[in-house]
Amino acid sequence: MTDNLETLYFFLFFLVNKVEYDYFQYHPMEEISSWMSQMAKQYPDVVAIVDYGKSYENRTISLMRIGLKSDTKKKAIWMDCGIHAREWIAPAFCQYFVRQILQTYKTDAKMEAMMTNMDFYITPVLNVDGYMFSWKNSSTRLWRKNRSPGPSGDCYGTDLNRNFDANWGTIGVSSDCNSDIYPGRGPISEPEAQAVTYFVGSRKEDFLCFLTIHSYGQLLLIPYGHPDFTASNYNELMKVGEEAAEAILKVHGKKYRVGTSPAVLYPNSGSSRDWARMQDIPLTFTFELRDNGTYGFELPQEEIQPTCEEAYSGALHIITYAHDKTFNGAAATAAALWTTLLALGVHLM
Amino acid sequence: MGLRRAIVLVALMEVTWSLNVTTIGPETVSTDASAHPEPAEENTEQKEAAAAEEDVMATGELNPNHYPAQRAAKLVQHYLNARYGSPYKLFGLKEVHSGNAEEVADSGRKYQLEISVHEIISNTKEKCSAEVFFPSGAKQLSPQVQVSACEEILKLDAKSEEQALYQQYKTNKTVRTEERLPDSYGHIDPEMTPFWHLSIVASSFIMLKESTENTLYNVAQVANITQLATENDQLKFDCHVLLHEMVSQEIPQWKLLFTWSPAEGVKVLHTEQLPHVHEFEKRAKPN
Repeated sequence: MTDNLETLYFFLFFLVNKVEYDYFQYHPMEEISSWMSQMAKQYPDVVAIVDYGKSYENRTISLMRIGLKSDTKKKAIWMDCGIHAREWIAPAFCQYFVRQILQTYKTDAKMEAMMTNMDFYITPVLNVDGYMFSWKNSSTRLWRKNRSPGPSGDCYGTDLNRNFDANWGTIGVSSDCNSDIYPGRGPISEPEAQAVTYFVGSRKEDFLCFLTIHSYGQLLLIPYGHPDFTASNYNELMKVGEEAAEAILKVHGKKYRVGTSPAVLYPNSGSSRDWARMQDIPLTFTFELRDNGTYGFELPQEEIQPTCEEAYSGALHIITYAHDKTFNGAAATAAALWTTLLALGVHLM
Repeated sequence: MGLRRAIVLVALMEVTWSLNVTTIGPETVSTDASAHPEPAEENTEQKEAAAAEEDVMATGELNPNHYPAQRAAKLVQHYLNARYGSPYKLFGLKEVHSGNAEEVADSGRKYQLEISVHEIISNTKEKCSAEVFFPSGAKQLSPQVQVSACEEILKLDAKSEEQALYQQYKTNKTVRTEERLPDSYGHIDPEMTPFWHLSIVASSFIMLKESTENTLYNVAQVANITQLATENDQLKFDCHVLLHEMVSQEIPQWKLLFTWSPAEGVKVLHTEQLPHVHEFEKRAKPN
């Protein structure tokens, strides 16, 4: 009798408890989508799924809006992953980032404050069609672009990170539709780029920070991709970027170089980061995660955890800086000053 | 307490009050000078000049974190791998410490670099000095690399493992891969790892030859490697590699025929670039 009961309990246990999601393995699109739904169910007052566009092949592009309820006007942080299909470590990082903030806000007062003052808008996979194509078989693994057909029908794909309306088509592109840096028929010709443009564009005053996650190269890139343009807050971007790189180095000793794309990597135009900066979103960064070329795009799954941990440290630095610049600054100084005055007042008495 | 003290306190309170302005939006923060002073107005002219300078080929002292020194340094990695690499010895560029570039009258540009090189398998690091020369002109001449002050890392001994592998595959076994190296998940079967290294070493000959100041090559993936029979004492391989060229973001594909033995190292017999094939695109219909 007890044997049967035990078996029954065992069976019920597995029925009721979902297997833990493995953040340190690569997941196909279907698993990421169901994970997103699962997170929204698990954290109903904190996580909402927002469908904000359709891919060329008519798939839904979704983000997770994560934040705590607040009476005051909230600001926003943008993060997107997987704009380039083959950069699998990027969607892995977005998923890890979501898990981290959801795990820490209950015990970390700072994270709680940030989630009260700001909403995090996180797109785990922006280029849904491209990502799915890269999972098709081993010969499609290194696909980069989206899957819209080229003008002649003889070629596929636009480089979404050349398609934004930011000095579009001027440098770092190729007019050959077979090229991996083909920028499309025109600025925001691609539905995936349109989705980001409309969603962020219609709320641009809310955004403090726009982070776009890529691999590989171990870089933190600041605007602009065009060598003739300099961001008005270049010094600030460099300073915050260098501090983020320092934070990254402390985690696992990996060096990330910081600078504009034309200085550190190559010039380009039409990037999402450049477009975001042109919308006056002050802190815009491209993250190029591990590694330096040894494994390249096929980063071993054993490296997912350390890569995510260090990138989280870097991203958190930038986000915290953006938050504190807007919310804490005056209050913190006033509090410090007031404490000093009270102390003085006591002495005067 | 005294009226004077009360006045002082009230005055100080007034100051606090005015500072306690809730700032929403980055634009307004600049008025709150005591909290986080905005960085001084950048000298955009200076910045534009600096950017323009780098646009025209960089000369003189180079920023080690910027692409000109980084691209030149990558060639040192390819050179070391081609020259000294083996199934158990593979080099990576760890860091660029400093660099200098100069025009060499009518013949090309020369880079002098101080870098740190990393032997990946033993996980040893060493500082090296190197000279990289990019020839100019219509003829597609290969870049030239010279390395000095780098002896320790090149003396690293993997002879016994190399001999063991060589014996095994000379007599008993034969290599024929079934999976790409690495596979889509970054995994490599441990028995295949020495052949992944060998393919990278052989590819380094190509990457060295094809590199210019406008490219940055890495091996993206080994599609397959097959061992062929030989009449001599070398092991012989046919392999198909996918390179990644960073600036164009392209994946050039090459077939190589090469030999290897512990004594002779890697010798490339034949290379062939495959056409920019998009067969899978033409066959594949939208999902």
